Amino acid sequence: MSMTQQAEPAVTTPPAPGPGKAKDGRTTERPLALRLLARPEVGVFLGAVAVLVFFLITAPPVRDGSSMANILYQSSTIGIMALPVALLMIGGEFDLSAGVAVITSALTASMISYQLTMNVWVGVIVALIVSLAVGLFNGWMLVKTGLPSFLVTLGTFLILQGVNLAVTKLITGNVATDDISDMDGFDQAKALFASTFEVGGVNVKITVVWWLVFAAIATWVLLRTKYGNWIFAVGGNQQSARAVGVPVTFTKISLFMLVGFGAWFVGMHQLFSFNTVQSGEGVGQELIYIAAAVIGGCLLTGGAGSAIGPVFGAFMFGMVQQGIVYAGWNPDWFKAFLGVMLLGAVLINLYVQRTATRR
Amino acid sequence: MASTNGTGTHGAVLADKAPEKEGPIVELRSAGKSYGNIRALHGVDLKVFPSQVTCVLGDNGAGKSTLIKIISGLHQHTEGEFLVDDAPVRFSTPREALDKGIATVYQDLAVVPLMPVWRNFFLGSEMTKGPWPLRRLDIEQMKKTADEELRNMGIILDDLEQPIGTLSGGQRQCVAIARAVYFGARVLILDEPTAALGVKQSGVVLKYIAAARDRGLGVIFITHNPHHAYMVGDHFSVLRLGTMELNASRDEVSLEELTNHMAGGTELAALKHELAQVRGVDVEELPEEEDLTAPVATSGEGKS
Ligand SMILES: Nc1ncnc2c1ncn2[C@@H]1O[C@H](COP(=O)(O)OP(=O)(O)OP(=O)(O)O)[C@@H](O)[C@H]1O
Ligand SMILES: [Mg+2]
Repeated sequence: MSMTQQAEPAVTTPPAPGPGKAKDGRTTERPLALRLLARPEVGVFLGAVAVLVFFLITAPPVRDGSSMANILYQSSTIGIMALPVALLMIGGEFDLSAGVAVITSALTASMISYQLTMNVWVGVIVALIVSLAVGLFNGWMLVKTGLPSFLVTLGTFLILQGVNLAVTKLITGNVATDDISDMDGFDQAKALFASTFEVGGVNVKITVVWWLVFAAIATWVLLRTKYGNWIFAVGGNQQSARAVGVPVTFTKISLFMLVGFGAWFVGMHQLFSFNTVQSGEGVGQELIYIAAAVIGGCLLTGGAGSAIGPVFGAFMFGMVQQGIVYAGWNPDWFKAFLGVMLLGAVLINLYVQRTATRR
Repeated sequence: MASTNGTGTHGAVLADKAPEKEGPIVELRSAGKSYGNIRALHGVDLKVFPSQVTCVLGDNGAGKSTLIKIISGLHQHTEGEFLVDDAPVRFSTPREALDKGIATVYQDLAVVPLMPVWRNFFLGSEMTKGPWPLRRLDIEQMKKTADEELRNMGIILDDLEQPIGTLSGGQRQCVAIARAVYFGARVLILDEPTAALGVKQSGVVLKYIAAARDRGLGVIFITHNPHHAYMVGDHFSVLRLGTMELNASRDEVSLEELTNHMAGGTELAALKHELAQVRGVDVEELPEEEDLTAPVATSGEGKS
């Protein structure tokens, strides 16, 4: 063949566009009901409805409006934290320090305000900074060392647990902090974090509102923004995400800081509802948050999930926790219920993932 | 834009003859890369000029992917120099390479299996609309663009919402190629893009490479198929055990010589036999004179 002219392009025009709006035609539309059922958040919604109906039948006091408000309140304290924990899980990581971080935040705000006899808002702001810094530390350690988040946050969990107890004893000489209810700014802060309002004769805690607002924002961010796209990507395949230009380091660290923000918010709620903080609390809560996220359809290995699922997951928890009490049963059954719900949810998740990636 | 029609009087190993007015977009000067104690690449020179296709060939494990990963910012070189527009650079993330207009189709495709096709297409370079606090994904536009780009490649999907993990290997490869072609502004790197493709899609990919070159892009095309390489290549680099064995422009090397270099001299005889068979099957794709000048000649199988 001729060797001289072959640098001429094989083709001088860009490839012609393919045929118009034709469809492949091999995919048949599955019935809507089936497609919906395959979505984990729909599954957990039906689960939540089932649990609700079950307790409406077996525990008559649940039918009361104020009981329902109480159940929602219980759910919201889990649910507010379950949201960032769920986002983090979709992003492929865990945070075992989330439970004690709540207490760390509350202790910080309480002791800063009380010891320095300053406006409580000073303590609130310092606590926010501390909480974000803990998240930053977790994320930074993870990104820099490449260790699994299980190990990194297990370390933070132990550190915070020890620091909570030791520093509180050192400063107050007690296991709990001093009452800050008569300090400047307390009423304002309480209105924001721990107030109650009336709807049709029923007292509803403001955390229920915050919970739903945060869930709406998280849903929007997850599905409609770049950042949401990045969360799914870093959880689904970190190497690929990096290769196509997703800022993996930023996404991971900011997710941990988001958990820090959640811990601060719940910590402030606890502080301003009870006026004092018990330094040994919070241990074990991190597993409740993770369980609520998993029941809510978030993939434990990352890359899939929603923000609305964990709302129903947290509601199931609150419902069971209070429902057992209203039904007059032994509260010891709570954990057993939890385990059953968790296993059921994981099995559904597994099934969904298998069908989504079937070959 | 034809760039290598000069007189082929230089030795077998020499620097490119570039269009005199423009320098290389990307250049490696005796660059190397070690993974710990594994020296995957050593003393490699490579220049990528606008409107030129540089083919990189070589055995499995020769270091081809390592070479392009340096250029695409996935890895950093550990020796030598890497220049973009004549300025030494060291990309710490692929983002920096993308920002310089260098887009890559990775051998492992770099897709996120559970994410929908259209999200994968735009991942890392999402289209948005609206002012900041409410800045959101322009989903309509992204789906439309992704659909168009995929149709141009001859891939028609019923549902762009399906997770990319449910597509066939070749379909996934096409999505990765369409994405790189769409985002590659100056340099397009393709790491074995035709490995999993059918005849029709392989043809489309070669046409894409030619079209990208005509638009003035520099293309790095990695392949194990010397026929494919010879159809579109302006310059050929053959790697062997991490070093550059051949670095020649098109008029200095014939298809047979190229195949020879890829296979190693002793294996030539066996390969020639194979080649004859390949020719028997793929006659259409061999670069006859008509194919090279008449664009429609090869697209006969393009319409299904
Ligand atoms: N991340 C890594 N860590 C250690 N060694 C690596 C790594 N990536 C590649 N190598 C080594 O570098 C050498 C070159 O690999 P590379 O992937 O560049 O080959 P290749 O030419 O692309 O091969 P193929 O044709 O099979 O794709 C191989 O010996 C491989 O073992
Ligand atoms: Mg390779």
